[in-house]
Amino acid sequence: MTFDRYARRKLLSHIIAVLTGLCVLAVLYPLASIVYEAFVNGGAVLFQVGSLTSVQPPPCSTLSCKTVGIGPAIQGTLIVVGLAAGISVPVGVLAAIFASEYRAWGLGRAISFTADVLTGVPSIIMGAFIYGYFVIYYPQIALSFYTGALALSALMIPIIVRTTEEALHVVPNSVREAAMALGISKWKATLRIVLVASLPGVATGVLLAVMRAAGEAAPLLFTLGYSTLWFQGLDHPGANLPLLIFLGALSGYPNLVKLAWGATLFLLILILIVNVISRFAIHRMQVRMGGV
Amino acid sequence: MNATKVKTDHLTAYYGEKPAVIDVSLEFPEHAVSAIIGPSGCGKSTLIRCLNRLHETGLRTRVEGHVFLDSEDIYQLDPVRVRRRIGMVFQKPNPFVTMSIYNNVSAALRFNGRPSREETDRQVVRSLQQAALWDEVKDRVDAPAVSLSGGQQQRLCIARALTAEPEVLLMDEPCSALDPIATAKIEDLIKKLKEEYTVIIVTHNMQQAARVADYTAFMYIGKLIEFGPTEDLFERPKESLTEAYITGRFG
Repeated sequence: MTFDRYARRKLLSHIIAVLTGLCVLAVLYPLASIVYEAFVNGGAVLFQVGSLTSVQPPPCSTLSCKTVGIGPAIQGTLIVVGLAAGISVPVGVLAAIFASEYRAWGLGRAISFTADVLTGVPSIIMGAFIYGYFVIYYPQIALSFYTGALALSALMIPIIVRTTEEALHVVPNSVREAAMALGISKWKATLRIVLVASLPGVATGVLLAVMRAAGEAAPLLFTLGYSTLWFQGLDHPGANLPLLIFLGALSGYPNLVKLAWGATLFLLILILIVNVISRFAIHRMQVRMGGV
Repeated sequence: MNATKVKTDHLTAYYGEKPAVIDVSLEFPEHAVSAIIGPSGCGKSTLIRCLNRLHETGLRTRVEGHVFLDSEDIYQLDPVRVRRRIGMVFQKPNPFVTMSIYNNVSAALRFNGRPSREETDRQVVRSLQQAALWDEVKDRVDAPAVSLSGGQQQRLCIARALTAEPEVLLMDEPCSALDPIATAKIEDLIKKLKEEYTVIIVTHNMQQAARVADYTAFMYIGKLIEFGPTEDLFERPKESLTEAYITGRFG
């Protein structure tokens, strides 16, 4: 009797272990296969001479066509994401500071709630909304880096607001009281003491938002538009990696499909590098601050 | 008794609708150490947090009555200015973790004005000496504040408060997180500080009040029960409640 129960428990324990292991595999498989496929198909493109410096080739239907040119898409992605970060980091961080540090004003909750709702809004709606507005009022720049950056920042701001808020909440209240008790004014204490103490968290949020924006195609469809050329000016449409993947993969032209694979690999590597460097930097920062 | 430095006049402090300090009128003498004792939750911490207008920074808190610094009603002044004249040391050491020892001590100067480097250096050394920490840290003022021990961190917080050159120093159970040796150092320090400052200390430790304070106030459930020279309060209490507390019958 007792042996039976023991055996049953042991069996159950093994079954659970196997099931959880299978779930791990189910999670890892897509990631591993994406990385594998991207390396196999995109590696040749990415390391082809001239791939990073030349313009996207015209569509071409034979397999022997030359495939080079993801340079403009990389450049465009860096510019539009950089611009979007320039808008969304100050706005998001300041909104989060207001929501977290000036709660007594009652607006704080409204900001957190809005950020939560906005996080759930499909990103294509951001693009469509920005496009809709600009095409009516400023049609000449409806398809440009400006609107692209606005659409991406609409996506990034809620992420930055939420993570910054969390990071500020982690700073113990005793720090705020210590600053106040020294007669340091509220804004100085907030910006130069509380915010500095929460920097690792804020940086994590900013990087999350940047990586999300770098991989987004949907909000850029209507806004940044699409170009195969090098940067022409902020008021012009631009090239970018996610749209190159989207349009290239759908085009059916073998050389463009290959190019899309190259763009995929580059995006993966970029995100991986940013992730690793930021984690390392944030860890160092925390150690220096004595937080870990 | 020295001239009065800080005076509360019918002070009542609320958390929401609940009063934590009820109608307290007290006069704290200048250049003396005044202790506030009483059982947990009696309102002693709330009381001193009213003296530098920190109580009102909490959510749904409110203060009624007056607090005078010399003859000025601090509730008529800018709270930021008030806190520059009335410094505070907290229960748990709370150095700015992102800053070095030097930057912690000089925080009040750096954030509240634009002092020269020499001026800042001079003041930092002075504050650290006053807080009896200089000899232990003089070779490593650029080390992170969190590298210090708990007792050293608390003295760092005292030095940090002194850099603002306050007239009054409030201490909210400054030794409750410290070991006996660190406590003894802080107590020695408190006795020296009264030469230059008016010190008001909250403590749940009656022996500590007896050791460091010239005057002691006893509070119970928000009300001031008795205030007088420490010796009188401990040896000849006027109120039976005080006597019951100091003889250990409750609290």
